Parts: sequence; structure tokens; C-alpha cells
Amino acid sequence: MSINFTVSPSFPAERTSDWYIFNTWLQRALSLPIHLELYSGFGAQRKAIADGLVDMIYANPFDASLLVRERNFLAIAGPTGGDEMVIFTATDKPFQLVTDLQTGLRLSCTDDPSVNTVGRILLEPADLDASDIVTLPTETYIQVARAVLRDQADVGFMPVDAFSALSNVIQRDLRVLVTSQLHVIHHSFLIGPALHGRGDEIARLLTTLHETEKGSQMLAGLGSKVWRRIEQEDVELMIDIISTLTQ
Amino acid sequence: MGDMDPGWIVGEAREYVLQLFDGSRRRVYVTNNETAFPHGKLIVSRTDTEGVITLGNQSFVDMSGYLESELLGQPHSILRHPEMPAAAFRDLWETVSTGRQWHGYVKNLRKDGGFYWVFATVVPNIRQGRVVGYTSVRREPSRQKVAAAEALYRSMRGS
Ligand SMILES: Cc1cc2nc3c(=O)[nH]c(=O)nc-3n(C[C@H](O)[C@H](O)[C@H](O)COP(=O)(O)O)c2cc1C
Repeated sequence: MSINFTVSPSFPAERTSDWYIFNTWLQRALSLPIHLELYSGFGAQRKAIADGLVDMIYANPFDASLLVRERNFLAIAGPTGGDEMVIFTATDKPFQLVTDLQTGLRLSCTDDPSVNTVGRILLEPADLDASDIVTLPTETYIQVARAVLRDQADVGFMPVDAFSALSNVIQRDLRVLVTSQLHVIHHSFLIGPALHGRGDEIARLLTTLHETEKGSQMLAGLGSKVWRRIEQEDVELMIDIISTLTQ
Repeated sequence: MGDMDPGWIVGEAREYVLQLFDGSRRRVYVTNNETAFPHGKLIVSRTDTEGVITLGNQSFVDMSGYLESELLGQPHSILRHPEMPAAAFRDLWETVSTGRQWHGYVKNLRKDGGFYWVFATVVPNIRQGRVVGYTSVRREPSRQKVAAAEALYRSMRGS
């Protein structure tokens, strides 16, 4: 039996090779052939899920909702912090707070559903909803930063990780209007029905990864320090919370 | 749930007696001090099927002015503000007890007599097909929406 593994396409491109390294390690540790397939966008990945081509996934919170509620996936582990995002503008813009933003706002963002949903909620205090905003979609976070710097957009959405990975030269010309501190929404490592019998074993591997030098380097490459065990009820609660944010 | 203690109150207060749904009454003290919603955060709490608080995140505890230990095990109406119309909560309970989500603007009462406004969504926690409790997630409302809700609730109380 070969297992299909994927990662929700919201991670920075620099981490691609780290996911292959992780995959190689996991195959050896489980003595199981695992095929890592990275999809280029959310559309292609959703289709693979629908076609039953995913057995194991490091999923963003939105994919996790779908997989747990509709496809009988189990959440077994995940990073300790939450998935947070920033709304930022250029320093030469007059906006200091989200409530300074006005109708007709030009927004640059990627198609990451998690970041975009949270971002839109954090714009609500300015009384802005979708009809007040001109959305300018881009492919990558660096393009989001560029669109704001070149005055093609008034504000941009980005995960906190991606923002802090921008160079100092770029960050110097950007001003953060708000940083989310939701804490309750995070990525998780999920397994499909074919692997349910090995859930405890996989969870043990993932949650002890940080205990070796090599393991903690691998985690750092994936943007984490430690993965903790996630119980099914933790993820059910997260899904309930997400369901309130998407309407 | 007992009355509020006048010793908790900060500033000039008006006194009200709330009539709660279970027939009980609660004496509360209300000031005009507003606490701003913490930018970028969500206020989250959970209840059992009867509306008794079982869990609250840090923002929930901080915004209420109570200690976590004073909130857990209490009915969620511990935050009921006298300017909220009873009809809003009747609608909330009718909606969520039939498995649907409810949302609305809510003015909440703090332990110190002050208040804070939220946009709340209450969702039933459905596990194996059964409602096992409820979760409320509140986010920061715009001033415009709060002003509209204030006007609406004033007219509902008048009628
Ligand atoms: C999950 C959940 C969260 C709630 N949060 C609040 C709240 O923040 N403030 C509030 O006044 N009522 C809240 N309620 C409604 C209360 O249970 C209660 O109906 C309301 O305070 C009015 O009191 P009464 O029903 O006893 O008249 C919540 C209910 C649920 C199920």
C-alpha cells in the first residue's frame, strides 16, 4: 500500500525541500511507502481530496474542517501556536488603525482561505464588507508586499510568518495595522481512514520529533518548534469556531 | 446566581432588577463606562445545553471583569445587560436549540458595572448527531453597526 501525503498550499515556497526531507524521514520511521504530492493551488488540492487522492495531510484550518467533518479524517498533531495574520499598509499612507480605512479599499491578497477569512473579519471594525473592497489577487506573499509598496493596493493580508520573513528593507516601508491574536485556529496533521490504525504511532513520532537535534532542525524547516498531540475534541471545537467566521 | 455587589462597581451606577428566563431575578448595577473590544482578538466561550458556562478563553475572562473561577459553572446570563431586549435571547435560544447558528450584536455587562459591545455568533456543538453544548465566538463590531443596534434595542424595549 502506498500512502499519499500532501500539505495545504499555504506554506512559503522556501519550505518545499523541507517537506520532502520530512517525507523521507516519515517513510523510514513508519516503514511505509509515502508519496508526497504538493499541489500548486487550493483548487487543485481540493480536487485531489475530492478524488480520494489524499491519505495524510498537513492541513490549514479550513482544509482540516472539510476533512474531519466530511471525510472521516482524524487530527493527531499540530504546532503549539495559532495561525496568525497581519493587515499592513505602506508607511507613506495616512492609515494608523483599521478604523481609518475607507470604502473603495484596494486589498492585495493570495487565495489562502484561512488568512483571507481572518483578514476580512479584522476589517469589520471599519464597517467594510466584501462590497466595499476591491480585491487584487496575487500568487505569492512577496507580490502582496510589492503591490502595497508600489501603491497598487492600500493594504495587504499575510500570515505573520510570511511577514516576518520579509527583508528588513521591505518591512521598514510597511506598517502593520493589526495582528490577529486568535490563538484558537491552527494547522494540524490529519490522517485518513486508511491510517487510523496507526494514529497513535504516528502521533508519537511527530510529538517527539523535537527531542533530537535532527528532528528539531526538521521542524524548524517547517516553521515549528514543537508539535503537540491534538485530541479530536480540540479540532472539533476549532471547526465550530471556524464555522462562525465563514458566514 | 446572586445579585451584583455594589462594592464591585466603579463609578456612578443605575440599579435594575433583571427578570431571567428561569423565573429568577438578579439585581445589577450599570455604569456608562465602555471597555473597548481588544483589536485582533476573538472572545470565545462555551456552555452546556442549559447555557451554563463550561469554558472561556483569556479575552472572555478579561473582558468580563470576573475571575475565570467566578464564571465557570455560572449561567451565561451573568453577563446580561438590562438594555438588551429579552426577545434577542429568546430568538438566540430558539435558533440554536434547533441546530442552527445565531448571530447578533450584544451589549454585555461587566462585573464592575461597565459594558462592552460584540458581534456574537452562537453555534451548536453537534457530536455524533447530538447537540452537546454551544460555543459563542464574538468579534469586534463597527461603531456604525453598534449605533444601529442601540437604536433598535431602545425601540424594542419601548414597545
Ligand atoms: C454559548 C452562549 C453564549 C452566550 N453568551 C451570552 C453573552 O455573552 N451575554 C448574554 O447576555 N447572554 C449570552 N447568552 C444568552 C444567555 O444564556 C441568556 O439567555 C441571556 O443572558 C438572557 O438571560 P435569560 O435567558 O435568563 O433571560 C449566551 C448563550 C449561549 C448558549
